[in-house]
Amino acid sequence: MSGLTAYDPYEEPRPLGPFSGFFNWAADLGRVLIESVEVLGGFALFAWQTIGWLLSRGTRRDTLMPNLYQIGVLSLPVIALTGMFIGMVLAVQTYYQFRQLGLHTTLGSVINMSLVRELGPVLAATMLAGRVGCSMAANLGTMRVTEQIDALTSMGTNPIHYLVVPRFLSCLLMIPALTVMGDFMGVVGGYFFSVFVFDIDKYHYWYHSREFVGAWDLFSGIIKSVFFGGAIALVSCHRGFNSGAGAEGVGRAATSSFVYSFVMILFLDLILNLILDGIASAIWPEGAKFI
Amino acid sequence: MVSHRRYGLRARSSYKAFTQVSKPSFIEIYDVNVAFGAQPVLRDIRLAVPRGQTLVVIGESGCGKTVLLKTLIGLVRPQDGEVLFDGRDLHTMSERELTQERARYGFVFQLAALFDSLTIGQNVAFPLRQHRRLSEREMNEIVLDRLEEVGLPDSVVDKKPAELSGGMRKRVGLARALALDPEIVLYDEPTTGLDPIMSDVINELIIKTRSRGDVTSIVVTHDMNSAMKIADRIVMLYPLARLRPHEPQMIFDGTVEELRQTEDRRVQQFIRGEAGERLNELRQESSRRKSASER
Repeated sequence: MSGLTAYDPYEEPRPLGPFSGFFNWAADLGRVLIESVEVLGGFALFAWQTIGWLLSRGTRRDTLMPNLYQIGVLSLPVIALTGMFIGMVLAVQTYYQFRQLGLHTTLGSVINMSLVRELGPVLAATMLAGRVGCSMAANLGTMRVTEQIDALTSMGTNPIHYLVVPRFLSCLLMIPALTVMGDFMGVVGGYFFSVFVFDIDKYHYWYHSREFVGAWDLFSGIIKSVFFGGAIALVSCHRGFNSGAGAEGVGRAATSSFVYSFVMILFLDLILNLILDGIASAIWPEGAKFI
Repeated sequence: MVSHRRYGLRARSSYKAFTQVSKPSFIEIYDVNVAFGAQPVLRDIRLAVPRGQTLVVIGESGCGKTVLLKTLIGLVRPQDGEVLFDGRDLHTMSERELTQERARYGFVFQLAALFDSLTIGQNVAFPLRQHRRLSEREMNEIVLDRLEEVGLPDSVVDKKPAELSGGMRKRVGLARALALDPEIVLYDEPTTGLDPIMSDVINELIIKTRSRGDVTSIVVTHDMNSAMKIADRIVMLYPLARLRPHEPQMIFDGTVEELRQTEDRRVQQFIRGEAGERLNELRQESSRRKSASER
């Protein structure tokens, strides 16, 4: 015999004596820790399998193209709009403070540096996590609860290879392009507000931008975006694959995919900033702006 | 692991002795135990299904019928025990081997599980695209053949699953399951939610499928009319929560005639659809649940 006995969730619990409150607290803490380790382990395995399938077998064109279109082309308007408004908001926020210091002609350097290094990649990734990540989690979650993922497996198709790899690859390929678009529109928005609304001389605007913003700044932003894209795809697909039952479970998967993706984006942003700045200072001790 | 293997071999030899299976078994499971978290669902299940047999698994909701079906194709991994498909243990195969073996199966899901982003034609062609190198023309021919077999017109090919009725979706699910000419077809509650006429259409299709070259069928259902009509053999599972620790979970294994004549009160109650003391049991369970939540 296996030793398994009938489970009764409503069985009267054994009395724990005067320390029952402490024991309950310890049991709850233990349960949360075990569940957290399980989720992290499950996510690590999921990511490992995705990368393994990506490297070991090609992705079919008919599964990749719809995802590239969905993630790249359909996200373009919202990313462009967000980028433009961020550029304009940056101009408004910094103009009055810089003017008090008499530095308003250097506005271009602040706006464009913030955009290409930080705000462009992070906001493009955040928009992607909201627009694409939630949709992926809801889509895969629905497939899970309606047994479509089981149907795939039963037909001898690996669901990670068929469903996750194209989404992961599309995010990796499209997010750098979207980030560049967001950066560009931010630069345009910032320029428009600074030059045409705040009447800053355009020569000085571009001169200071060129002085402070180098190719490395743009490049580091794009490198970061690739990691953000990978994290969004993995987190969202993992949430969808592990969706709970029913509409509530799918809704929770979609919400948690955005929350976890956003936390991952911020965490990766911090780590990658440290790493990329370390690399830049090792290669160009004088500063990377002249490359 | 070693002790488990020894135990498995011992169980297998004794099981074969008492079942006296004349044909070699196509699917065999030995001492399979499945639990989800702390909740056991299947306990020490042993079953051998010869090639070409139609086995119907009956039992009330929550007794583990669907879990058993999913264990047979490797969608659910048992905590303990062996699942042999054509003599090989599914759960010791590599991912690649398992993928190849699954092409020999067809699985008809309870709600059809059609891919809602694909058309009906693409759904039926899906396993062909994954496992066969065929031209578009050959693939279209097979798709139309399979749809015709299940009584669906060519006009459904370009429709999406959401545009079809429940009965039509189930038949598309069957057409998809048959696309690769499987050696075994697993049906999960194929007639649930259908009107009596459409249920009988599905029964006829299951019988017709069996005649397509010695196809083995395993059908999970609560529909006794369907079970009586299609079964060569019937097994009945009982929910673990209502069994004592050492009672067997499979409470009946025999032919349709033997099922009718059995004196087991639980089996008779099920096939006649009589609630008996069940309502009182459910009330007791509900009050225990309420008192547990108040604690």
